[in-house]
Amino acid sequence: MELLRFATAGSVDDGKSTLIGRLLYDTKSIFEDQLESIERTSRDRGDEQTNLALLTDGLRAEREQGITIDVAYRYFATPKRKFIIADTPGHIQYTRNMVTGASTANLALILVDARNGLVEQSRRHAFIASLLRVPHLVLCVNKMDLVDYDEAVFDRIKNEFRQFATKLDIGDLSFIPVSALHGDNIVHRSEHMPWYDGSSLLHHLEEVHIASDRNLIDARFPVQYVIRPQAQTNHELHDYRGYAGMVAGGVFKPGDDVVVLPSGLQSRIASIDTAKGPVDEAFAPMSVTIRLADDIDVSRGDMLCRPHNQPRVTQDVDAMVCWLSELPLSVRGMYALKHTTRNVRAQVRELDYRIDINSLHRDETADGLSLNEIGRVRLRTTQPLFIDEYRRNRTTGSFLLIDEATGTTVAAGMLL
Amino acid sequence: MSSHTYELTHLEALESESIHIIREVAAEFERPVLLFSGGKDSVIMLHLAAKAFWPARVPFPVMHVDTGHNFPEVLDFRDSTVEKLGVRLVVASVEDSIDKGRVRERPDGIRNPLQTVTLLDAINEHQFDAVFGGARRDEEKARAKERVFSFRDEFGQWDPKNQRPELWSLYNGRHHKGEHIRVFPLSNWTELDVWQYLAQEEIELPSIYFAHERQVFRRDGMWLAVSEHTRPREGEEIVTLTVRYRTVGDIPVTGAVESAASSYDDVIAETAATRMTERGATRADDRLSEAAMEDRKREGYF
Repeated sequence: MELLRFATAGSVDDGKSTLIGRLLYDTKSIFEDQLESIERTSRDRGDEQTNLALLTDGLRAEREQGITIDVAYRYFATPKRKFIIADTPGHIQYTRNMVTGASTANLALILVDARNGLVEQSRRHAFIASLLRVPHLVLCVNKMDLVDYDEAVFDRIKNEFRQFATKLDIGDLSFIPVSALHGDNIVHRSEHMPWYDGSSLLHHLEEVHIASDRNLIDARFPVQYVIRPQAQTNHELHDYRGYAGMVAGGVFKPGDDVVVLPSGLQSRIASIDTAKGPVDEAFAPMSVTIRLADDIDVSRGDMLCRPHNQPRVTQDVDAMVCWLSELPLSVRGMYALKHTTRNVRAQVRELDYRIDINSLHRDETADGLSLNEIGRVRLRTTQPLFIDEYRRNRTTGSFLLIDEATGTTVAAGMLL
Repeated sequence: MSSHTYELTHLEALESESIHIIREVAAEFERPVLLFSGGKDSVIMLHLAAKAFWPARVPFPVMHVDTGHNFPEVLDFRDSTVEKLGVRLVVASVEDSIDKGRVRERPDGIRNPLQTVTLLDAINEHQFDAVFGGARRDEEKARAKERVFSFRDEFGQWDPKNQRPELWSLYNGRHHKGEHIRVFPLSNWTELDVWQYLAQEEIELPSIYFAHERQVFRRDGMWLAVSEHTRPREGEEIVTLTVRYRTVGDIPVTGAVESAASSYDDVIAETAATRMTERGATRADDRLSEAAMEDRKREGYF
C-alpha cells in the first residue's frame, strides 16, 4: 500500500473542515469517542450542528477562539492507499502554515466556494503550491448544492483558474465539483451532476500517479552518520565502516562508481546494507547504509553522487525564500543554514525582489521581508553546498535559515 | 518493495522516515536518550533505533520513568529487551521523587501525572539534550499538533502556540544549555500501522497485549485489573474476563478491552474494525478534561 501526503488549503468558511470531516467519516476514520467528544463540545458551545472542525482544532486556544492556529495532521486509509492530511489554516499565518504543509505534500487540495468563485486566497494558495512544487493540484469547487449543481458555474471557475494557472508552474491540475456537506463527488460520483464525467475526490486521491514524481535520475546521497561498530565485541565487524543516510535522488546500486563531495575522491559501492540484509538498489526516500570499496575519508555532511552527474558545488546561491518569523529578514544579516545534512552559516548579500503573492508582481525596491512574505535572495555561505535546483530535487534544493541567537527557524528556502 | 516501479509500501516509507529522524538525532546531539516503557510504541521505537545503527549498537541509553505501578509482565519484558540489545537502561523512579519530597502522592493514588517531575529531574540530572518519545499524532488531538523535533525550554515546557515551523525532512534541533528537544520518530504512524509493522517484523511484545484471562472490575466505563495497586471499591464487582490491553500505562489508569485476539493478525483485524480510539477506550488519565493531554504536555509530560 502506497502513502500519499496531501495538504488542504482554503479560505474561511469554504467548508474545508466539513470536507475533511466527510472524508474521515466516510472512510470510517472517525472513532465513536472522538465523535461523542466533539458532539458534546459542539452542544456546550451552542453550535447548531456537530462542528467537525473540532476534530482538528485540538488546542485549548483554538477551541476558545474558534480558529485553527497550526497545521494539524490527520490520518486515514482506504484499501488502496494510506493518506496523511496536512490541514493548513486559511486565515492567520496562512503562508507559513501552508508552506509547511506543502513542503512534504504529493498533492495540494484547494477549496473554493462555488458562490464566490476564485478569491484572493485561492490564488495565493495556488501560488504557494506551485512555489513549493507540489506535483499535483486539485481545485475542489465546493457548495455546488447552493448553486443548483450548475455546470456553468463550475466551468466559469475552472476557466478562470486555468487562466491564472498559466502564470504558474503546475504539473498536474484537476477540477472536481463537490458538496462536502451532502457528500456529492466526495466518495461516490454525484447523481446531481451527471454532466461531470471525472472522478470523485477520494477516487482521484486513490488513483493519482505519484511514483514518478520523485527524481530517479540524479543520484544523490547526503551522508548522515558514519557507522563504525569497531569497539564492540564482534571481531568480524572490526573493519566495518558504513555511511548511513537517506537517498535524496536517483538510484544507487552495488558496483556503481561514485564520487565523494567535497573531497572529489572516487570509489565504488561495495554494498548497500540494511538491518534486514543487503539490497540490490536504493532510491529515494530509502534509509540505507552504503559501504565503499576503498578506505577513504567520508563524514557527515559529505555527499555521494555519480562522477558524471554531480550537483553544483558553490558558496553563492540564489533562492526564493518564504519568511516564517516575526524577526524580519535583514540584508547583510548572518544566519545558520541547514541544507541536507550540512550545517553552515550564510550571509544575505542581496534581496533581488519581494513578490506580491496576490498579483505576482515583483517589487525590486523592497529592502526587507517580514513574516509571511516571499522574495528572491542571494546568499553567500561559509562553506560550499552541494545543490540542485529545487524544481529538480525537493531535497537537495531546499534549505532552512535559522536565527543564531534564538535558534528559531526563520525562513524556508528553495534553490534556483 | 517492488523495485521495477520504485515504490515503497506505506510501512517502508514510515520506517525510513523514522530511521532518518533517529540518525539525525544521534548525529546532532550530545546526549540523547530514548524513553522506553515496554509499551508497544516504545518497543517499535527501540527496534527502529537498533535498525538505524546496525550492525553497531544503539549509541544512546534508554530511560524508563517508573511509577512503581507497573504490570509485572511489562517490567520483565523491559529488562530482557535491553539486555538482548546491549543498551544501557536508566530508571527514573517516581517512588524516589516522592521519597525526596519532589512530588506528593495524590489522594487518588494515581501516579501518572507525577511522572512529569521525575522525567524532568532525570533529564536535568543526566543532562540529556534530546529525548525520544513514542507519541503519535493520531493518538490525541494535542499530539496532532506536535512537531517531530519539539523544543522544550529550561522548565521542560511546551508552547504549542509558538512552535518552530518544520519543513521537508529538515529538523531544527537548536537549543541552549538546559533546554532540550523532544523527538517523536513515530509522529506519522497510526495504531494500525504500528500493529501491521509489529506483525511484519515479528517484534516481540509484553504478553498483556494479547488475549488472556484476568480478574477485572468496572470503573468509569473501563475494565481495570485487580492488583496490589488497584482494588475494587464497594459495589465494584470482580469478574474474570478474557481481555487484552491496547495501551500499556500504569495499572490504575489503564483499562483492558474484552478481546479474544491472541495473534498479531487477530489484533490487526480488531484494530481495523474498532470504533474507539485507543486512548479514549483505555486511558483514564486522558479523561480529566477536554485538554488534559495539552495541559500535561505544556508542563513537560511525554
